[in-house]
Amino acid sequence: MTKKITIEPVTRVEGHGKVTIHMDHQGNIQQTRLHIVEFRGFERFVQGRPYWEAPVLVQRLCGICPVSHHLAAAKALDVIVGAGTGEGLTPTGEKMRRLMHYGQFFQSHALHFFHLSAPDFLFGFDGDPAIRNIIGIALTKPELAVQGVMMRKFGQEIIRATAGKKIHGTGAIPGGINKNLSIEERDEFLKGADPLNADKMVSWAQEALDFFKYFYSSNKEMIDGFAHFPSNHLSLVRKDGALDLYHGVLRAVDTDGKKILHDIDYQEYTNYIEEEVRSWSYMKFPYLKSIGKENGWYRVGPLARLNTAEFIPTPLAQKEFEIYKALTNGKPNNYCLHMHYARLIETLHAAEVIRDLLNDPDLLGNDLVVKGTKQKEGVGLIEAPRGTLFHHYRINDNDQIEMANLIVSTTNNNEPMNRSVNYVAKAIMTGKEIITEGMMNSVEVAIRAYDPCLSCATHALGKMPLEISLYDEDNNLIDRKRS
Amino acid sequence: MSNLIKFKIDGVECMTERGKFIVEAALENGIFIPTLCNMPGVKPKGSCRICTVKINGRLMTSCTTPVADGMEVESNSTEINELRKSIVELLFVSGNHFCPACEKSGNCELQALGYLYQMMVPRYPYEFPLREVDADSPYIIKDQNRCILCKRCIKTIKDEQGRSLFAFRDRGHRLEVVLDKELAAEMTPELAELAMKNCPVGSILVKEKGFVEPIGKRKFDKTAIGSDVKL
Repeated sequence: MTKKITIEPVTRVEGHGKVTIHMDHQGNIQQTRLHIVEFRGFERFVQGRPYWEAPVLVQRLCGICPVSHHLAAAKALDVIVGAGTGEGLTPTGEKMRRLMHYGQFFQSHALHFFHLSAPDFLFGFDGDPAIRNIIGIALTKPELAVQGVMMRKFGQEIIRATAGKKIHGTGAIPGGINKNLSIEERDEFLKGADPLNADKMVSWAQEALDFFKYFYSSNKEMIDGFAHFPSNHLSLVRKDGALDLYHGVLRAVDTDGKKILHDIDYQEYTNYIEEEVRSWSYMKFPYLKSIGKENGWYRVGPLARLNTAEFIPTPLAQKEFEIYKALTNGKPNNYCLHMHYARLIETLHAAEVIRDLLNDPDLLGNDLVVKGTKQKEGVGLIEAPRGTLFHHYRINDNDQIEMANLIVSTTNNNEPMNRSVNYVAKAIMTGKEIITEGMMNSVEVAIRAYDPCLSCATHALGKMPLEISLYDEDNNLIDRKRS
Repeated sequence: MSNLIKFKIDGVECMTERGKFIVEAALENGIFIPTLCNMPGVKPKGSCRICTVKINGRLMTSCTTPVADGMEVESNSTEINELRKSIVELLFVSGNHFCPACEKSGNCELQALGYLYQMMVPRYPYEFPLREVDADSPYIIKDQNRCILCKRCIKTIKDEQGRSLFAFRDRGHRLEVVLDKELAAEMTPELAELAMKNCPVGSILVKEKGFVEPIGKRKFDKTAIGSDVKL
């Protein structure tokens, strides 16, 4: 009998999605799909709104990384107000935005590692679901739980100081920023009471990374063997090839590390990237035009960034980057669960950047905004925690938005997430008569590695978590798990 | 006969000049009565009803009712505040007021009154009317989604010949405040700023000037509306 397994809702991810797995008589996996079942329509309802509302309006897509949307929209509008394509802002404007962004990275990555992913590593993929969560961590490893909460708090406070609010602030405006950092705010972050200061955050980020490396050293076979498959990788990189999460040129490499997108100006992204619509998901499937739909898909996010970047411009993270790169002999890393490793290196990098920026007097400056000759169209790209985020706006003669296109990080990861689900399902469910909760969680672990934000990806509204269902060959529902 | 008269608001002895309206006399005596359509220096109309008070058992708008000698006014009572809260809720549901992305958030008098009267979710169904955004003017945007028809702009935004740049159009449920396109073409940036400032909500926006005031520095970020009025 053929079975169809549905995992719905998928848990410990942002947004609502479900997985369906079809099995034939012999227990072979016939088809797997990650369905994104939400729909929102932000691209449509920003039409007609004044363009300067976009950074504040569109960030409402998400409560986890609204800063990324806020800044990507502001970057697109920088172009529209004639403030250049990423390098024209005042030092205070650019560095305040960078501080906001790295604060966001720090809190989002901490949230993902400590709250969403660590339970799988601490309690096992097939551990008791009752404790395989942040509460379980708080009960068994309280110091780790506190660390996670406080790291997130630090990042959120950085966002509050730069954007005005921890969630959905208004700091970035077209052409710059609406506030500088006060000396009191700076000193609080630099010299604040333990643990809420920049030095402590650097050391905690290093500890979190060391924790993962220790886990990896004892579970290398499991981690390396989990959903390992080749792919292309895409991200922004600084012009000199450094990791840069705020601004740069667009680069893609193939599975061997060969450049397939050659450091292009992202204002021209439509010449290189296309989105495919498939009937069974609200989430589109982007791909590189030059390679085509079949093989042009790519990964974004921490794994991709550390595959495209040539170095990390902060010393501690660079040292860890070298160790990490040595694992694959300098070639692109295609191990799905190494995304956690890469994410923690980025967390360390973010902590170092925050500390360095706080010591930069430019943050205290008063020259906040620049404007030039107005343009009708602008594109803003940024590396969101989950990967490359595209915002593209066109305005009419009356300053109203007439077109908006958003390609969200998780959308870029649509095909690789689907492939990861397929890989894991085949590896652990083939030939199995009974599908256990642990097996289904393993499918979720593969999705979770991408830290997907499903609401962002579809610009969607709905319940949060994800579901798996099992169907026979006549499409009758046999079993369903909703967690 | 002395021009000064005595009256009471919520039992507090007050004194004012004969002929003053309750709302301004209250302010002189350090008592806040909320207003939306009313503005100092502009002839009152009593259209928004938010300044409603109770006098001798009758509900009256305090912006249009002159103080009388010995008058006893009930304003800050549970009954009156509940009524004002209802008016705020009705204003919210009859337009499209999405505070999160509104430039006027933090400086909006309607939003501030929502906070003052602790409006959580309106008790009335949202109308979600289909309204236009008029962005033809070189300096301002008139967003009909947020207009509460207070007439402040009609009364205060005029050109050098005294002609109002704004006017009512249509009637009943379709009534709206529109901008005279010919006069708007001659509008100065200063007048545009004044129009935005006088608008109690986010219906009139100066073009290309969004969110320049950081959160924390806006009028009602840290203090409630009316808290600057001290008894």
